[in-house]
Amino acid sequence: MAANPMYQFNVYRIGPEIKIGEIDLSFTNASLFMVISSLAILIIFNLGAQKKNLIPDKIQLLSELSYTFVSKMISDTAGSKAKPYFSFIFSLFMFVLFCNMFGMIPYSFTVTSHIIVTFVLAAFIFIGVTIIGFIKHGFGYLKLFVPSGVPVVLLPLIVVIEIISYLSRPISLSVRLFANMMAGHTMMKVFGGFVVSLGIVGGILPLSFSVALTGLEILVAFLQAYVFAILTCIYLNDALNLHH
Amino acid sequence: MKKIILINIFYFSFYTVAVKSAEKGGMPQLDPEFWVSQIFWLTITFGTLFLVLSKFILPKISKNLEQRRLQILENIETAEKQREQSEKNLKEFDEIILKSKNKAKEVMLAAREKVVSEITKKKIKLEEDLNSEIQNVENEIIELKLSSPKKINSIASNITNEVIKRLIGTNVNESSVSALVEEELKKLNRGTNGI
Repeated sequence: MAANPMYQFNVYRIGPEIKIGEIDLSFTNASLFMVISSLAILIIFNLGAQKKNLIPDKIQLLSELSYTFVSKMISDTAGSKAKPYFSFIFSLFMFVLFCNMFGMIPYSFTVTSHIIVTFVLAAFIFIGVTIIGFIKHGFGYLKLFVPSGVPVVLLPLIVVIEIISYLSRPISLSVRLFANMMAGHTMMKVFGGFVVSLGIVGGILPLSFSVALTGLEILVAFLQAYVFAILTCIYLNDALNLHH
Repeated sequence: MKKIILINIFYFSFYTVAVKSAEKGGMPQLDPEFWVSQIFWLTITFGTLFLVLSKFILPKISKNLEQRRLQILENIETAEKQREQSEKNLKEFDEIILKSKNKAKEVMLAAREKVVSEITKKKIKLEEDLNSEIQNVENEIIELKLSSPKKINSIASNITNEVIKRLIGTNVNESSVSALVEEELKKLNRGTNGI
């Protein structure tokens, strides 16, 4: 069964079955890696925040650089109004990044390769952004679907397209991350399988490819976390600044 | 290019495998058995992460960054102040050097003046001395000049007297001899003056 490239995405129970009524809330390997990622983030950033050197050491520099990186990303895409949402976007970015990165360790589990996880995050963002938009602009937020400078004849069509594109945001956001992680890991598994099946002589080609893919996947892991965070910022920008 | 084609082939092979496994029990992602559990644990872990980060860790980092910014600003300010101070000091130092240079010049000028005045004084004294000496000598010469004809006359008359005495053997009237000598000398003088 281990040869199946999809086997790595299996979720299985760790420890006892926890059930509340009919609902299964058991602790699984997915939950384990969520906990590991969160703990890693908390430990690293807590260590970085404890030190107050004028000239930062490595771990302090790491946390401070991440802070300024995310802060700059938010202010660049969503402006100064997005400052109250900094902690959320920072947590989101770090959570996705660490989940992706922990997924790169062989025999580990990639939390973000599950559509349900990414979809819950994306749906939460979507609902949150929509609520923020309506709170800030009232029903004026609906102007988002009516772009200015469009001929009146085209307007009904454009509005429909805008609404569909708005509603598909959580799907595109979640599927992008999930598909990237799943495809990457599956491909690595497939190449790993080829290394074994082609033996010492023939296996060198897929092995070198596998090494290159690992580098690529680490890049993708960072990039997808970044894209996830920056798209959140862009949606937030729509809700806060209403440019249309 | 070849590699890309190969990837596509592998990808399609994986796809068929995935479809087959989906038929067997589905892609694990689409199996709703643990969906609720995943949502539950995601909420807990992400919620905790968010709360701890936003309440405890991020404010600390932000405070650290702000403190560093302030510290750097303060340091820059202090450095600026010290730079100004050192510039001031440099100016003062320059002034002192200039002053001392001027003073040295003055001292040198005064010394030179003193020396020059002394030299001139000595020169003047020397000149005076020389002049008086010259005057004296000139006076002496003049005196000698003035007195020499009389002496010459008397010597000449004495010699003439003596010569006459020896030649003739008698004393001759002195006054007449001296008158003669004077006449002769006057003639001689005229002769020499005429030359």
